Amino acid sequence: MNMSKVVGIGASPKRKEDLRFVTGRGNYVADMRRPGMLYGAFLRSPHAHARLGAIDATAARAMPGVAAIYTGEDLKADNVGGLPVGWGIHGKDGNPMKEPPHPPIAHGKVRHVGDAVAFVVAESVEQARSAVEAIEVQYEVLPAVVGVVEALQAGAPAVHDEIPDNLCCDWELGDAAAVEAAFTDAAHIASIELVNNRLIGNPMEPRAAIGEYDFATGQHTLWTTSQFPHVVRFLMGEFVLHIPQHKLRVVAPDVGGGFGVKQFHYAEEAVVTWAAAKLGLPVKWVCERSEGFISDAHGRDHFTEADLALDESGKFLGLRVRTLANMGGYLSTFGPNIPTNLYAPLLSGVYRMPAIHCSVKVVFTNTVPVDAYRGAGRPEATFVLERLVDVAAIEMGIDKRAIRRLNMIPTEAYPYQTPVIVEYDSGDPMGCLDRAEKLADVEGFEQRRLESARRGKYRGLGLSTYVEACGLAPSRLAGSLGARGGLYESATVRVHPTGAVTVLIGTHNHGQGHETTFAQIVSDRLGVPFEDIDIVCGDTAKVQFGMGTYGSRSLVVGGAALSKAADKVILKGRKIAAHQLEADLGDIIFDAGEFSVAGTDRKKKFTEIAGAAYVPFDYPLETLEPGLEEQSFYDPVNFTYPGGAHFAEVEIDPDTGTVTLERYTAVDDVGTIINPMIVEGQLQGGIAQGVGQALFEHGVYDESSGQLLSGSFMDYCMPRADNFPSIIVAPHSTTCTHTPMGVKGCGECGTIGSPAAVINAVVDALQPLGITHVDMPATPNRIWNIIRNSRAALAAE
Amino acid sequence: MKSFAYLKPETTVAAADLLSEHDDAKILAGGMTLLPTMKQGLAAPAAIIDLSAVAALREIAFEEGALVVGAMARHYDVAVSVLVQTHIPGLALLAGQIGDPQVRHRGTIGGSVANNDPAADYPAAILALDATVVTTRRTVAADAFFVDMFETALEPGEIVTAFRIPVPDMAAYAKFRSPASRYALVGVFVARTAGKVRVAVTGAASSVFRALDVEAALQERFDPDALNRVSMDPSGLNSDIHSDRDYRANLVMVMARRAVAAALRNAGQGATKGQ
Repeated sequence: MNMSKVVGIGASPKRKEDLRFVTGRGNYVADMRRPGMLYGAFLRSPHAHARLGAIDATAARAMPGVAAIYTGEDLKADNVGGLPVGWGIHGKDGNPMKEPPHPPIAHGKVRHVGDAVAFVVAESVEQARSAVEAIEVQYEVLPAVVGVVEALQAGAPAVHDEIPDNLCCDWELGDAAAVEAAFTDAAHIASIELVNNRLIGNPMEPRAAIGEYDFATGQHTLWTTSQFPHVVRFLMGEFVLHIPQHKLRVVAPDVGGGFGVKQFHYAEEAVVTWAAAKLGLPVKWVCERSEGFISDAHGRDHFTEADLALDESGKFLGLRVRTLANMGGYLSTFGPNIPTNLYAPLLSGVYRMPAIHCSVKVVFTNTVPVDAYRGAGRPEATFVLERLVDVAAIEMGIDKRAIRRLNMIPTEAYPYQTPVIVEYDSGDPMGCLDRAEKLADVEGFEQRRLESARRGKYRGLGLSTYVEACGLAPSRLAGSLGARGGLYESATVRVHPTGAVTVLIGTHNHGQGHETTFAQIVSDRLGVPFEDIDIVCGDTAKVQFGMGTYGSRSLVVGGAALSKAADKVILKGRKIAAHQLEADLGDIIFDAGEFSVAGTDRKKKFTEIAGAAYVPFDYPLETLEPGLEEQSFYDPVNFTYPGGAHFAEVEIDPDTGTVTLERYTAVDDVGTIINPMIVEGQLQGGIAQGVGQALFEHGVYDESSGQLLSGSFMDYCMPRADNFPSIIVAPHSTTCTHTPMGVKGCGECGTIGSPAAVINAVVDALQPLGITHVDMPATPNRIWNIIRNSRAALAAE
Repeated sequence: MKSFAYLKPETTVAAADLLSEHDDAKILAGGMTLLPTMKQGLAAPAAIIDLSAVAALREIAFEEGALVVGAMARHYDVAVSVLVQTHIPGLALLAGQIGDPQVRHRGTIGGSVANNDPAADYPAAILALDATVVTTRRTVAADAFFVDMFETALEPGEIVTAFRIPVPDMAAYAKFRSPASRYALVGVFVARTAGKVRVAVTGAASSVFRALDVEAALQERFDPDALNRVSMDPSGLNSDIHSDRDYRANLVMVMARRAVAAALRNAGQGATKGQ
């Protein structure tokens, strides 16, 4: 295939980055070696909650190869700060959230199994690990609390002594009075009580970090597995280590998956950077998989009660949601923002919901900190709403698709202002549902159900619609909600004298295919051959600034910055062309890589103009600087609102309780699609993760000891390829009205739509037994128990 | 992982000698349990005696109405052995369902049985098929071999060399995998040998055990429906985050019925082959 050509928007070229990945030439932090590098290992608390007594490292220090052993007291004595929180929310009483210190290495108390207690640096990993085992720590073990409900009960152990009720924040959104009025008028009230299960992200590549210090320049460098190196530079430099920004370089090279797990500033990053400066030698730490289970931020973990008020026809009147959200032992970077600002504003879904009130108690427990995980707040909101809609439909005897259609926002009603902050710019939920219904062969379901029944199996069909707010985020709005930083994105388009292009962008590519998608945008806009474009990200010494990749923002916000920077390149190119072609700027047209004078055959190729910009002989030097490099910072005017309709079809074996996902159909409105292949992959991957939550994954703590019982792949069930049928993914896009290319983002759609679709299917399958709710994950044991108990109850009637 | 001496004898006798010469030595068969345990620092033997060069231990033969399977036969070897497929197809199928392809090409029958992991598959087959465990010192009947979790009748310095497995009339294994680890949450091996039914259960308790009520019902009538009125007592069964006791008890009965149905199918196919 001749690659010397434009590959534009809408094409599906093979991914540029895959050649190095599939040939094993990726450059990951764990692969890197720096001259004189030492290796670190953490001693981590085996207790969920304990007061730290004496730490005796005498024997460990004397072991071969050991260079240093540091404790929380050492960091404190050196004025190392705590890990900062990126959002400060306020409670319903107007008071700020409780924000207890989060030292990189614990002092005073440990607050979860895995909390760092000491850091050993040695000449080899083996030596460091052996020395970790030789450190003697006096723990005064305290009672632990791991569940949100239990943590709020009187007499519960206080995770932070200064916060005796474990309540970080009692937050609310919406109009409580309007909701009460709606419930007074209701013909029917549907209620649900549910758990949104704790998840552990487990990206393929565990976290890793290398710190290095250059005495000659005073320059610190951190190589880290991060989704947002510039933010790590700011948070760590400014708040933790007090290193001036210009003396700190943070590099996130190839990163093997993030899913949110790598979008936080972690203690280990600060510790290796600090230790490298102390020792004058590079220090490397690579997380073990089992260490990741107890030190990577976890996701979800809500307990929720919700009620939906309806009139006699099934129209929604109001929604009331009360959620308890687990924060773990400390506030992670975005922790308190996830179950509040990224949750409650999505509770209107794709429906006209006249009144909504949501209260969220954000709670400390003796567990690993909880933060954003793919979808982050929005899958939780969708699960509450879409489960509740099904419960209402079952109780009122209304068809589950009909009750949704009755309440859906018609496409002509957009832009649509919900009662919970957000205004949807565009969407066609009805169109998505119509298309999904056909692709899922809903008509043929009854036949398939009967066929399953003949084999003694239950079969169920589940539907979930959803809308998400992504493209994080309009800075001013985010600021009003508690964000402590802007959420714009930046891109530089550097056109070389030959016309080849290097893009420097502030997002980070860790599996999403940015090197391909962004190159397509540039190729499309500038008419530059696809192979002549490189995308550079992840290095604060190269890229101007960036907020990184999370919240389905890279294309929406970063791509917009890129598009606007390309506009600036075109404008400057037109000025150069106007000079060379002796025409007015207004008469210069740029199309398909050529600048031409309208209505004539006079033209200049893009490469000629690029050359002229760097060899400015025939050039308007009096009015225009030489060079062709443009930068744009883009701050979105609104969130984007991808949405869709997902159908899941399951079969249940009543003998074993096993749920098999038989069919899955997703129709999603992701706006303009740059690369259909990549979008399909993003949707499939997201769906797989959502199905993982619904059927398999569960972070389980022992209630009394606070030990993580699902602390390895032996007990934490990751979804596997053989758990899935072929997933049907089809777009049904409307154009976003406020992003430059009409894009909406797609990274989290699958994870948001799928848990409710799958559980609705499981509940539908168990309809003959009168079941209206099943908690996630729908494991064989759980389903078998439900079937057994329901059959026993039915037999007793 | 700590440093250790690595020894690779070429005969069983040499291996036994090395085992007696070295304090704190461990036998390495496939290493599917030992190596991860060492990596986690849970075991740190001073010496490793690798049996992979003892060629004789990998042989599979048919002698006097019994299969003789060498202790170092890999799961893959057993799964694809024509001898095993012909005489005990249920055993070949069991071997083909252990772990994943990587495990099946490294793991051995001897390692699995000597380790007696409560969720391992092979112990159920050895016990249900009433096999004899052959060691460097003696032979041990299966009923006397499996003692408790990770505990067998093996004495210090004793090495398993082979299994003598009488060919049954029919036999099959059915297991329900733990969704997370894919080890057997419950595995049931059903065998009828010379008219006598034996049923062994793995995964459900601290060690493999025989389900005597199930055996009695099947002795009367070897048919899945013969088990409809038999139940498993959940007391004494394992309970963990994947399965409570009642569920495991249920799975024992479901897997027993499925194993019986499969045994009848296997036998039917064998009969077809023989014609």
